[in-house]
Amino acid sequence: MAFLNLQNVSKSYGVNGRRQEILRDVNLEVQNGEFVAIVGFSGAGKTTLISLIAGLIRPDEGKVTLSGSEIIKPGPDRGIVFQNYSLLPWLTVFENIFLAVEQCFPDWSATKKSTHTEKYIAMVNLTAARDKRPRELSGGMRQRVSVARALAMDPQILLLDEPLSALDALTRATLQDEISRIWSEDKKTVVMITNDPDEAIYLADRIVPLTAGPGATLGPSFAVEIPRPRDRQAINHDPHFKKLRREISGFMLNSKGERQTAVTKKLILPDIEPENLNLPRMNWRKTPLRRSEIKEETVK
Amino acid sequence: MNETAATSIPIAGNETSSVAPKRPVATKPERLDWPRKMISAIAPPLISFAIFLFVWSQIAGHVKVSFGSIPGPLAVWKQAEVLWNDHWIERQKEAQFYSELAKRRADFLAKNPGESFPDVKYAGPPTYFDQICTSLETVFTGFFIGSLIAVPAGILCGLSRPIHNALNPFIQIFKPVSPLAWLPIVMILVSALYNPPHPWFEKAFLTSAITVAMCSLWPTLINTALGVASIDKDYLNVARVLKLGWWKQIWKIILPATLPYIFTGLRLSLGVGWMVLIAAEMLAQNPGLGKFVWDMFQNGSSQTLAQIMVAVFTIGIIGFALDRLMLLLQRLVSYDAKGI
Repeated sequence: MAFLNLQNVSKSYGVNGRRQEILRDVNLEVQNGEFVAIVGFSGAGKTTLISLIAGLIRPDEGKVTLSGSEIIKPGPDRGIVFQNYSLLPWLTVFENIFLAVEQCFPDWSATKKSTHTEKYIAMVNLTAARDKRPRELSGGMRQRVSVARALAMDPQILLLDEPLSALDALTRATLQDEISRIWSEDKKTVVMITNDPDEAIYLADRIVPLTAGPGATLGPSFAVEIPRPRDRQAINHDPHFKKLRREISGFMLNSKGERQTAVTKKLILPDIEPENLNLPRMNWRKTPLRRSEIKEETVK
Repeated sequence: MNETAATSIPIAGNETSSVAPKRPVATKPERLDWPRKMISAIAPPLISFAIFLFVWSQIAGHVKVSFGSIPGPLAVWKQAEVLWNDHWIERQKEAQFYSELAKRRADFLAKNPGESFPDVKYAGPPTYFDQICTSLETVFTGFFIGSLIAVPAGILCGLSRPIHNALNPFIQIFKPVSPLAWLPIVMILVSALYNPPHPWFEKAFLTSAITVAMCSLWPTLINTALGVASIDKDYLNVARVLKLGWWKQIWKIILPATLPYIFTGLRLSLGVGWMVLIAAEMLAQNPGLGKFVWDMFQNGSSQTLAQIMVAVFTIGIIGFALDRLMLLLQRLVSYDAKGI
């Protein structure tokens, strides 16, 4: 059985009348030590998917298991890097990470906890900013603190929820390199969510596209067979890269296209019938009634 | 020439002046800028204060009341000086009393060794400054009691919908109740329940403090509840991922995240408390500023009005100072420095 397993997972939000299905029948298997990227459009339910794996929400149907046991609630065995960093603004970089370390390894001595914290601050190159508060850091630095916090918990699996989407292109590239380096150092299982196919190909072993929502589901896997370490410049000319990119983009655009055709439109047609002035009118109603026609049509 | 065009206000319809050149405002060196800023910050309040004093002094002489005319600014200032001097005279008397007492005690003990000398306290009237101190003590005691109730209750309200729904009717009903309505109830309860052989506090003090607490806890409670309810969900997710315990979650996440709200509430509370205190002291006869005003009103001497006006200014200035103090604390403790 796979390390992380999602079986027929569905999730809807909202009350009965306006219930909207976000994820439908999602199946995913992730092997130990694998780097999987899930690529999807914004609003497709990517964050819902990662929240399900993290245990922040429960699926309506189906089951999420990590090394055989079902995920019921969040825990430090699944380190999550939130999209908007989620650092505590009243704590310094050190304190933010230390809080996580303290919570995960309560039996350690104080010195061991601090050295462990320092180690991960150094790993993301933030030793100089150790005592700064998140407000004083740039977006990229904040995201690195967030990554360090997740790694310092020594989780079985690292969940990255669009970790780089809020950053500018240059910072993004630097952090991609950094994530790649850190991953190659300790080969943790990683599930990364992204909206950028290039980023996914550069970082992941396997890419799973998420179809457009609502009722999104996972498409077929695309294995990335580009040897590591990958070179950002050279990769652009790699025929495999080009092929993958074309296939993934093609699949995603197709899924979006299919969705759009199933839209039911409600049209209010203008009333073009001439007014009948002979009809008696109630005197308080100054304007005559118009019969606008509401037409419903489903375009396939 | 250019400068006058740039600084003049464009007049509607006047084409030539409204098409002022859109170049950036001439940047003058900063050292020339700051005195002007200082003047524009200080001059208007000074001028308005001068106008206020002038109008007051003009009106004062013309309004006759039962004991002469309304005092002008100078008379009030003179009374402030009188109160100040009284304070030091009283202090001198007190010191003299105690030094004489010590002498008598020594004489007594020398003549009758082994016997105890009765413990006598100076019984002079409290001076104006003693009364200010009593008022401050009372308001801080009441404020402290109120906050001790309001902050935890607010956190619980913010955390749990059912608790919020349970407490909300009480908050809504008791919040608008005037201190004057609470006071008799508190007075009766205090005199019924608080009868220790060696009281730590006087009853009047306790009555005023509890009344202040009753009236001042609402803004803190409501603000704390609001703060807790509007905590960023991400922080709570962090707490869930880290599996923080209930206490640790309160202590490490909820309290720091809510601190700016709590301090806004505390600041409002202290303001309300100070306002309530004067009324409470008048009726409870707690030896503070409120009692001072009441006593002055009762004795009806020719200095009455002037001394009450001194009290009014004192109350105002202390209230302002307390507000600034809370603002300072708020800025010190809150992580979000946007307020600065």
